[in-house]
Amino acid sequence: MKFTKLASFALAAVIGASPVLADLEFPSISYRTGPFGANGAEVADGWADYMTLLNERDGGVGGVRINAVECETGFNAEKTVECYEATKGDGALVYAPLSTAATYQLIPRVTADGIPLHSMGYGRTSVANGDVFSQVFNFPANYWNAASVIVNHLLDINDGSLEGKTIALAYHNSAFGKEPIPTLEALGEMHGFDLTLLPIDSPGQEQKSQWLQIRREKPDYVVIWGWGVMNQVAIQEAANIRYPMENFIGVWWSGSDNDVIPSGMSSDGYKAVTFHAVGTDFPVFDDIQKYVTDAGLSAGTGANVGTILYNRGLYQAALLTESVRVAQEMHGVADITAAMMRDGMENLVINDEVMGAIGLAGFGPSFEVSCENHGGPGLGAIQQWDATAQSWSLITEFSGSDMSVIQPLIDADSSAYAAENNIESQCN
Amino acid sequence: MYDQLLYGIEAAINGLMTGVMYSLVALGFVLIFKASGIFNYAQGVMALFAALTLVGIQSGQVPFAHLINALFGTKVHHFGWTLPAVAAILLTIGVMILFAWLVERYLLKHLVNQEPIILFMATIGLAYFMEGVGDLMWGAEIKKIDLPIPQGINETIDSLTYDWFGYGFYIDNLDITASIIAIFLVISLTIFSQYSTTGRALRAVADDHQAALSVGISLRSIWVIVWGLAGFIALVAGVMWGAKSGVQSSLSLITLKALPVLMLGGFTSIPGAIIGGMIIGMGEKVFEFVVSSSWFGDAMGFTMNATENWFAYVLALIFLVFRPQGLFGEKIIERV
Repeated sequence: MKFTKLASFALAAVIGASPVLADLEFPSISYRTGPFGANGAEVADGWADYMTLLNERDGGVGGVRINAVECETGFNAEKTVECYEATKGDGALVYAPLSTAATYQLIPRVTADGIPLHSMGYGRTSVANGDVFSQVFNFPANYWNAASVIVNHLLDINDGSLEGKTIALAYHNSAFGKEPIPTLEALGEMHGFDLTLLPIDSPGQEQKSQWLQIRREKPDYVVIWGWGVMNQVAIQEAANIRYPMENFIGVWWSGSDNDVIPSGMSSDGYKAVTFHAVGTDFPVFDDIQKYVTDAGLSAGTGANVGTILYNRGLYQAALLTESVRVAQEMHGVADITAAMMRDGMENLVINDEVMGAIGLAGFGPSFEVSCENHGGPGLGAIQQWDATAQSWSLITEFSGSDMSVIQPLIDADSSAYAAENNIESQCN
Repeated sequence: MYDQLLYGIEAAINGLMTGVMYSLVALGFVLIFKASGIFNYAQGVMALFAALTLVGIQSGQVPFAHLINALFGTKVHHFGWTLPAVAAILLTIGVMILFAWLVERYLLKHLVNQEPIILFMATIGLAYFMEGVGDLMWGAEIKKIDLPIPQGINETIDSLTYDWFGYGFYIDNLDITASIIAIFLVISLTIFSQYSTTGRALRAVADDHQAALSVGISLRSIWVIVWGLAGFIALVAGVMWGAKSGVQSSLSLITLKALPVLMLGGFTSIPGAIIGGMIIGMGEKVFEFVVSSSWFGDAMGFTMNATENWFAYVLALIFLVFRPQGLFGEKIIERV
């Protein structure tokens, strides 16, 4: 009896001492409520469904399951910081707050805590300089790439010259909305177009003054840098003043299904820049249907699958879980830490082979991340809305942005940050 | 200079029209404050909830579908039918009356004769509760209002003004529709408030809950009536604003546009809500037009943009300095 008891204790001790793989912690900082909840829910659904797919189909990544617990912020930067503080101790591998304001608040915290942050297509643009921002990444493209790709598209449709043209920038009157201004001003000087700045106060439900000005001044093109209700109202106001939709181009945060559907047929022809493909014509969506939707494991109602913002959430989840694979291979362990995750992100290689293997061939451009370049290649394409078909389509290939203008801006801003915060070179 | 004058007039007219849109929200506040002395923080959320309910009912959406599916493993979302607009509007009004009854039954009844600040705090709680219930009931996605509301430039005004001045004025058909509705509402509510027995009872309740009770006025009925009316006005405001942006959570933020209107027009005056709205709307649009213009920049050396949000409050504060009760509000004198 005594022996049996002792044996039981010994067995329990052995089991207890065995290496047990913890989950890969991917806290999902999301906002399904509040003024931007409709957009936040779609991104969160895409992120969560992809994580669920990997768990259900593959048992996670490298045999370790993913734990993607959501923390609701209501698009409140302070609440985002609370979510960060509440979850970082659980072994969080990476954060993606989906808010430029929150990103600015989290940059010093993640840097101090050694946890990577991925602000894909948003946040502080100059974090692309990994030599200064060791923990922060914004691959595959940033705001300034977006501005440049838009200008390149306008050059393409104007036989290579924007001399004498006028472009109005209707922007959210916030740090987010002001991000493209230096780039567009520099590009304006380079290509000879006049830039008119039209700030719109948050949330942007009332924009009559700005659209009366556009009607009076008749700019050749209007570029919009908005989020949430500002986009829907702007597209409706543009239709009201009969501004030609094909001359109205949004940043990727102004180019979702939510932005164009409320104005019905009026939004037909509206354009936006994007850094990933549109639609569901990719094998991964078959797997999501089989392993997630049909299994009743969808994060939302399942109705968002294939929308622009769902795809963006899914794409980000795919890039980050591929970073996990890289980290696992680099360090020879499946159960990685945040520091290993950072290494994985910094050595991420996305090419046709990698994207094909995860059912996303052609979904986004090929790129490599490096210590110096946390921003990726900065490629973008133009998508256009077909109101009759109720769908977006890419009307250009993914093409590069003008790094001769953007890189000096990145260097200047990141150098200023490094000087303010006494940051030494991280790559040498 | 002639061009600038025309542009300024166009901005002023659009400001007046936009102000009417603000007034549609402010009217709900006035009605409840006038009849019960409560500053209803939830009025903006009521507009959102009413618009969500209208779209949900009309499109045959199953309320609480997400919750039902999560609890019972079902996959229900829609009933499979759509209702005519009139039927959907009537049913939504019914829902808002039911909401008024629930508010009275489970909230206000327990707060009779409490300090105004307590009632105000209760409406803050109500606002957050309703926002959550609205999301849970109808979902958080952006919805399109399917009512035959005219929208876009008014061609007649455009061509007429072009013939007269050589420049066609832009006036949005939605704003014209809102103005007509607002005028109708103001006239109806003023007549109701001033000349009907129920209207007089509303005012008595606003003056003193206890005194009104002592003369046989049913406080509970009055509160249901007034919150029901405010629910109807919230529906109108939600539909008009929702037509611009789609029905979505941010609709509740239109409250911020109503506050300066109330400060200026007075919390107790129905016509004041309209006049206040028009002054705020015109003031902010003309100010924005002036300070963002190139000639202002040439003269002053700088220009300003995105002034509307803060200028509306500055304008209201200026009026408050001279008339604390607002332009049309009642001056309250309490004798000791």
